[in-house]
Formats: sequence, C-alpha cells, structure tokens
Amino acid sequence: MSLLAKKSSIGKKPRLGWRDKLFYGICYLIIAVLTLTVLYPILYVVAASLSSASALLSGKVWLWPVDVTFVGYNAILKYKEVWIGYRNTIFYTATGTFINICMTMLCAYPLARKNLYGRKPIMMIFTFTMLFSGGMIPNYILIKNLHMLNSVWSLLLPGAMSVYNMIVARTFIQNNIPGEILESTQIDGCSDTQFFFKMVLPLSKSIIAVLGLWYAVGHWNSYFNAFLYLTDENLYPLQIFLRDILLSSQLSSDIEDPDAIAQMRTVQLVLKYAMIVVSTAPLFAFYPFVQKYFVKGVMIGSVKG
Amino acid sequence: MKKQKIAKQIWRNRQLYLFLLLPVLYIIIFHYVPMGGIVIAFEDYRARKGIWGSEWVGLENFIKFFNSYDCKRIIRNTLILSVYTIAAGFPIPICFALIINSVRSEKFKKVTQTIVTLPHFISVTVMVGILMNVFSNRTGLYGIIGMMLTGEYPADILGSPSAFRHLYVWSGVWQEFGWGSIIYTAALSSVDPEYHEAAQIDGASRLQRIIHIDFPSILPTVVIMLILRMGTVMSIGFEKVYLMQNSLNIEASSIISTYVYNVGLASQGNTDLSYATAIGLFNSVINLIMITVVNKIADKVGETSLW
Repeated sequence: MSLLAKKSSIGKKPRLGWRDKLFYGICYLIIAVLTLTVLYPILYVVAASLSSASALLSGKVWLWPVDVTFVGYNAILKYKEVWIGYRNTIFYTATGTFINICMTMLCAYPLARKNLYGRKPIMMIFTFTMLFSGGMIPNYILIKNLHMLNSVWSLLLPGAMSVYNMIVARTFIQNNIPGEILESTQIDGCSDTQFFFKMVLPLSKSIIAVLGLWYAVGHWNSYFNAFLYLTDENLYPLQIFLRDILLSSQLSSDIEDPDAIAQMRTVQLVLKYAMIVVSTAPLFAFYPFVQKYFVKGVMIGSVKG
Repeated sequence: MKKQKIAKQIWRNRQLYLFLLLPVLYIIIFHYVPMGGIVIAFEDYRARKGIWGSEWVGLENFIKFFNSYDCKRIIRNTLILSVYTIAAGFPIPICFALIINSVRSEKFKKVTQTIVTLPHFISVTVMVGILMNVFSNRTGLYGIIGMMLTGEYPADILGSPSAFRHLYVWSGVWQEFGWGSIIYTAALSSVDPEYHEAAQIDGASRLQRIIHIDFPSILPTVVIMLILRMGTVMSIGFEKVYLMQNSLNIEASSIISTYVYNVGLASQGNTDLSYATAIGLFNSVINLIMITVVNKIADKVGETSLW
C-alpha cells in the first residue's frame, strides 16, 4: 500500500500544506521586490531621458515620461564626439574580439591535448599570470617602450587573451571532442592543423559564441586601457567620451545667474540620461536573445578541467 | 632512449607547439615583461636612464611608503571597502538562487532572471553616471524626494566620505547579484530530484528541503566562490572607485590602486614611478599570499580547492 502511494506521488505536484503555501508566497514576494528594485532605476533613467527637464526637476517624473521631448536625443545627434566614440568602439569591439578568439582557440587546443609534452609547465606559465601581475606602472612603461601609447594597438594587444577564458575553452574541448575522433583521423593522415580547422573549430562553435560574447561586452564597456594609454581624441572609445559627458561636466554651483543655470540644466540634465540610454541600449536589446549563451559560459567555466 | 622518445613525441606534435607560439609570446611580452619591470620598485627610476641605468635604492621606496601619512589610510580604506563588498555581495546571490530555484513557474523564473542579470552589462562609466545623476542632491531623484519631504535640498551624499562606501557597495550589489546567482542556480539544477521526492514523502516542507538538500548540495560551489573572493580582498578594482572619487570624499575613497595611479601617472611632471610601483608590488604580493593561504585552508577544511 505504501509502495503504491509512493509511486502515485511521483510525477505529480503534491498538494501544498499551509507552511509551504506561506513559504511560496514569501518567495514570490522577495523575488518580486528584488526584480522591481533592479528594474526601477533603469525605467526611471529611460523616462527621464524622454521628459522635459522642468518636469524632471519638479518631481513629476516617477515611472513614465512627462512632457515627452526628444531634446536630449537631438542634442546627442549633434555631438560629434559621440559618433567618433561609437565608431571607434565598434572597431575596437570587432577587431579586439577577433584577435581574442584566435588567440584563445590557438592556445586552448594544444593544451587540451593530454599527450602534449610539457603541458603542465606551459599551463603553469599561463595560470600564474592570474595570480600575480606587474601592476599598473610597469604595464604603462611597457606600452610606452613599445611605442604603443596613443595607438589602437594599446587597446587591442595588452588584453589579447584572457587566461580564464582560455581555460574555459580548454575544458570545453577536453569534454566535447573525444580523443577517438583524433585517433581515427590521424590514421587517415590528418595533420594537427587540418584537424584544428576541420574538426575542432566547427565542433567548438558554441564555446566560441560564448567567449566571443564575453570578450565583446568587455571591449564595449572597457575604459581603463583607453584612459591610461590614449590622449588622441580621434581614437577615444565611447566610454571615455561618456565619462566626460556624464561625470566631468557636473554643474558647478558657483554660477550666479539663475537663468543661465536653468538654461544649462535643461539640456545637460536630459542629455545625460539620454546618453546613458543610447550607450547601453544596444547591449540590453541584444541580451535576451543571447542570454542562454552567457549562462552556458558561466556553467562551463564553473567546471574545472 | 627516453630522451629520444620525448624528442619524437615533440616532433610529432610540432604543429601544436607552433599554435602555442603566439599565445606564449603574448603572455611573455604583456605579462612577464611587466613582472620584470617590477625591479624599478627597488630603484630611483628615471625614464631617461632606463630600467637598467637607474640608480639602485633597495627598499627605500617601501620604507617611504610604510612611513608615509597615507599608508595606513589607504590600506584601511581598501580593506574596509573590500570586506564590506564581500559581506554584502556574497550571501545575496546564494539566497536569491535558493529562492528562485524553489519557485515552480518556469516562465516567472526566466523573466526575473533576465531582468536581474541585465545590470551586469552596464559599463562602469555608465553605472557611475547613473549614480551621479540619480543621487545628485539638486537634480537627481534623491534631491527631488528630499525636497518634497523636507522642503529643502538634502545633504550632498556624492561628496560625503561616510556615504561613499554604501553607495559603492550597494550599487555593486544592485549590478551583480543576479549575475552572481547564475553559478548557484546552475549548481542547483544538478541536484537529484529523487532527494526532494524522498524528503517530500517524509513530510519535509519546502523550507526544510532548502536547508537540508539544496544548500548542502551547493556548499562546495559556495566554498570555491568564497575562496576566489577572499583571494581578491586587497585587489578592489580601480575604475569604479576612481570615477566616484572627488575631492570631498577622498578620505574614504582613496584606495591602493587609485593612490598608485595618482602618485605614478596622474600628477603631471611630479610623478614617482618607482614609488608607485613599490606600492603596487606590495599590493600584488599580499594578493598572492592571500589566495595561496586561503586555498590551503580550504583544501584542509572543505576538501575543495582551486588547484
């Protein structure tokens, strides 16, 4: 009898006791509160970017835009720097990600091969850099001595490969490309290079997609290298201009003329919110479609090979 | 005989070594050469004379740092900010993952997970931009609400040393807790449902199952993540702190990395590269010791370790 009861309970959702009902209620409540906490500032920024400054300052904007205007977005269209920044960022993201993927796969594949002589010490050389680094100043001196200050290479080469991502790729190759395939193709006279291009790369499409996304987001959002190594405005990525627009042009409170302050505020304030939207919207719009790849990447990364 | 065998094996895999050539060159040039550059911490480095020509001063830069007025303050600031970040930022993703894992509606799960992971993709610049604008005591939401409640502009919290840490840490939690929970939800999805079924038959409530089944099964992941975090306790990122820093909150916002930048690169014509490198090296060595020690401890206590 008890066995029967056991069997019938499997696969069905069991009826909830009052304790569980209360528990689920609290769960949904907590999740809802947290989700709204995350969502609200984002919605507020979007609403603010579409509202008039006076509505914003008088506290009429809470969730929806009030006195809808596109003043901020129009001002951005006229900002030459924003376009330069966008152009450069797209270039750095595309080129940088391409270099990253090439380097990562080139490095991950040989290290995934268990019969590679010296695999362990070579691996050590790479992993040690995750634990210890020269630091900001020696890096700067290196870039200076390589004459890469103020060149696009200073943004593309220093981060040409992330050791962490390489290990993720290596783990993936080890777990997903069985050694038997290699053996059988080697009998057919397939060289390592041929095997790499004809088998490894096609079979690693999903991990390449994952790492490509990670690298691309990194390039899109990166600020530090450009901040240290570039002084030529024509090479600046978007993030540097963003800093200038969002942070440096803070209203100085020592302007006396109230009209002038009001005038400046109207455009500047809305412009800032619009700028936040314009720079972040591409990532947000893209994300839901590729979310599963990002999540997958985290999962592969969490399994150490 | 054995040597020959090895040579043969290497020759057979010669193409693989060729593959490794570029990555190894890269790691040497961009990671190991700067490590060599650390020697300038023990010199009075002059760009004109170069690394090999500059005068050797031994530990002078370190002594200067430990005796300086700023030393204690920046180490303290770095530690407080870091420990605060871990204390606030570490448990929340775990709790969130446990809660969302017990929710039964898949659709609800998916939508909320998409939303809470979104802020992870906001760049540091934009994040600080949002903070500056929303928390402005004149034009921001903070100022407006303060105005409505009290009839006057509230205190400036962007320029307040006591508010700096809270703003820094909680905006970080806001940005990262959803993303941080992914790894735990992944670990939770591999829990064998039979445990839950068996517990349910024995009359365990959902909460009891979380405590006795879900949590123990992700504990190894939790330990590893905690090791990773503890190892970085002295390496708070430069960017966000630097962008949030201003002359008013500098007392709390001056940490090791921003100090290195200010001493080494920021002050025009008055930079001290050797001194800055020495401070950076001090920091890197502590990081290295931290992660090694913490890993040893975890190895003994939890049977889980990084390597």
